Amino acid sequence: MTALFYIAAVVAVLATVLVITRSNLVHALLYLVVSLFAVAVVFYTLGAPFVAALEVIVYAGAIMMLFVFAVMLLNVSADSPLRVPRSAWIGPLVLVAVLLAELVYGIGLSNHALHAGEVGPQQVSAALFGPYVLGVELASMLLLAALIGARHIAAQPEVPDTEDPAGARDEG
Amino acid sequence: MAAVSLDHGLILAAILFVIGFVGLLTRRNLIVALACIEIMLNAAGLAFVVAGARWGQADGQVMFLFVLAMAAAEVAVGLALAIRFRQSLGRLDVDDADEMKG
Amino acid sequence: MLRLLWIIPALPAAGFVLLALLNRRLSRRAAAVIGAGSVGLSAVVALLIAVSFITSPPPGDAYRQVLWTWFDVGGLAPQVAFYLDAMSVIFVVVITFVGFLIHLYSTEFMERDEGFTRFFMYMNLFVASMLVLVLADNLLLLYLGWEGVGLCSYLLIAFWQKDVQNVYAGRKAFIVTRVGDTALIVGLFLLFTQLHTLEIQPLMAGAAKEWAAGSGVAVAAAALLLGGAVGKSAQLPLQTWLPDAMAGPTPVSALIHAATMVTAGVYLIARTNVLYTLAPDVRLAVAIIGTVTLLYACFSALAQHDIKRVLAYSTMSQIGYMFLALGVAGWSAAIFHFMTHAFFKALLFLAAGVVIEALGGEHDIFKMGGLRRKLPTAFWAFIIGAASLSAIPLVTDGFYSKDLIIETSLGAVDGNAWLWLGALAGSLLTSIYAFRLVFVVFFGEQQTPVTLHPRWRMKLPLVVLSVLSVVGGFVWLPGWMGGFHPLETFLDTALPVTQTVADSFAYTGVSALLTSLVAVVGVALATVWLVESRAALERFAARPTPHDVQDFWLHGWGFDWFYEHVFVIPVKWFARVARDDLVEPAVGGIAWLNVQAWRALSASQNGQLRLYIGVAGVGVAVIVALVVLR
Repeated sequence: MTALFYIAAVVAVLATVLVITRSNLVHALLYLVVSLFAVAVVFYTLGAPFVAALEVIVYAGAIMMLFVFAVMLLNVSADSPLRVPRSAWIGPLVLVAVLLAELVYGIGLSNHALHAGEVGPQQVSAALFGPYVLGVELASMLLLAALIGARHIAAQPEVPDTEDPAGARDEG
Repeated sequence: MAAVSLDHGLILAAILFVIGFVGLLTRRNLIVALACIEIMLNAAGLAFVVAGARWGQADGQVMFLFVLAMAAAEVAVGLALAIRFRQSLGRLDVDDADEMKG
Repeated sequence: MLRLLWIIPALPAAGFVLLALLNRRLSRRAAAVIGAGSVGLSAVVALLIAVSFITSPPPGDAYRQVLWTWFDVGGLAPQVAFYLDAMSVIFVVVITFVGFLIHLYSTEFMERDEGFTRFFMYMNLFVASMLVLVLADNLLLLYLGWEGVGLCSYLLIAFWQKDVQNVYAGRKAFIVTRVGDTALIVGLFLLFTQLHTLEIQPLMAGAAKEWAAGSGVAVAAAALLLGGAVGKSAQLPLQTWLPDAMAGPTPVSALIHAATMVTAGVYLIARTNVLYTLAPDVRLAVAIIGTVTLLYACFSALAQHDIKRVLAYSTMSQIGYMFLALGVAGWSAAIFHFMTHAFFKALLFLAAGVVIEALGGEHDIFKMGGLRRKLPTAFWAFIIGAASLSAIPLVTDGFYSKDLIIETSLGAVDGNAWLWLGALAGSLLTSIYAFRLVFVVFFGEQQTPVTLHPRWRMKLPLVVLSVLSVVGGFVWLPGWMGGFHPLETFLDTALPVTQTVADSFAYTGVSALLTSLVAVVGVALATVWLVESRAALERFAARPTPHDVQDFWLHGWGFDWFYEHVFVIPVKWFARVARDDLVEPAVGGIAWLNVQAWRALSASQNGQLRLYIGVAGVGVAVIVALVVLR
């Protein structure tokens, strides 16, 4: 299991690096999907099969699908990729190296073992319907808000009628 | 099942987070920037799950669920905005949005 | 008769006012009459008062005349009051009489000058101020006169103001004497705060009663007054202004810088002699300053080639003799020398003026020569003057006064052999430089033609002063010559008697012989030098070391250079720096800093999302570091 963890970790890291370095947008998104799959495997090795499934279904499935649809709508691949000069990477890399060093230092490199045994869906559900029920309700409201908001923001406004002094009217 | 080290898990989360951050700072494509945000959120969720697995409790996974819901909402709205962005500015370059200049 | 005392300074003052008000509307003749006449009338009154004072002295040998109270503020209520005693009589007579002769001379000397009226205006103001100075009953009135003569000195040195060098000379005189004047006024403050009065007689009495000999306050007061005297009398270290003051017209040099103003310091010290008796160390300093200055000036005079500068250094030297006398408590001897010096120095300057005018403005003695037959009056005047200056024995008044000083420097209780030797050496050098001047100017080959001859108004003063330079000394004969000394008796009513060491060598005839010998030897040396083996000596003088030494003496031993670099240049630099408001750049700097900071901040607001995120990331790194590293 430990070996699986490390393999999946390496895959995740490599895939993520490729995400940020590809100039072709669709390639980047696909690599992101790979990274998410790898992270799901990591979840499984940590004894959290429920979130592993969720990661695959929701994250790699729904969210990435949204990205793909957006790319289709925007017809991005028809554009020329935006070039970033090599020198633009230096500053961010330095900053990030510092940050990573601090985090690693803070976390430490010891070998505390994790709790043996998995935490299955029953426990998670019990927690969700128990102490965290309020959070669940709020999350659902959030999703509703996002749904409505996204629809309104993305809708094409109607071309304003020149005879109508009241201005443009949103469709629907 | 697990003899995976806590610290290694957290370090993995840190690495993923940091990679996402670099991408956010560097890439000019708006969609890629949104993807980088997703990477960072995913990494944070991983940290939560690792922490939950440390104690053998469900709380970590619950937090991950909430993070997931939030990420989904954010992506929906973000992509809708990206569509409008493309409509008004003509292309998806983040650097074009500089009306806050000065 | 003594009640007419106030007229003496009032007449020249009135002359000044008239000339000032009616300046343009007066003809030359009228201006001359007012200018010279006021001083002449003043001289007549002075003589009458002197006669009255001598024949029937007032009680206490002093006469005091109060005119009005000047002001009354916070315990200080000086009056405009005049005080006449034996010393003042001498000064007043000399100032008015010699002053009148010089004014008469000036009516001819300045006749072609366009500033004729202005000249007499300033001269009258000067005479009035000088008279106020010597007649003042309190130190504040004395200071008024002191400042007045300083002002007139400045105005008259810079009289030909179209040439900026003259103005610089006047400015230098004013500033250098100012240093001394500041010491003087501080001394006045000290005296007033300690003794609560500035009237001279009560001041002296109070000091004698309340201050112990050698006490700090007496030393301070005496030293401060000495500072003032040193400035006005052009002694070391404030002597640099006098040679440059020769830029003024010759009558100015004769009156102000020879006979009267420069002796104001001598007057001050003699007047406040009680303070110096109470502070013997300061009095010793007076003697040392006098001796060193007289030697310094003699060497410098030897190297000069401007006729008036030789005489200027000569004046410095003779005043050094007076200071020397004051320093060994030879008060009356100093006054005697003041009197004889006024006669022969004025004579020398006026004769020099004749020579300068005759040669069309030439000052360089090496361009003169052979004037013996062409200007006989000037020649004889110069001979008599130089002889008197060199103290040629028996027939000149300079001999009697200078010999007296030399005697006193050794024979007084406070005298010592070093001072005596210095005085003797000075005497030798004096005769050398004096006769060097005579020989170079009047003998040898004539270099410049004579274009103008003096007429009676320039010749008469020369004749009168020549006579005085011969007979003026007979009022105080030395002991070994019979002891006829009416002047000493007269002055003893005003000044303390000099304490002498009994049976001192100094008062014997041998000592006088030595003095005489020194003077004559000096003349002989000058003769040898200049008349006989001039060529040989010129070759010697042309070699580097003597030439450098001569150059060094020519420039007054580098005092000007030293003062220029140590004081003038730093002050001018600082004035230039401070001229553009020093504080403003500092204030402006704050504004500039703000603008730069604004620019930097503005640049960071470039609307770029990635930059903003990056900055936020930096903040995160910092915070994490703080947390992790705690």
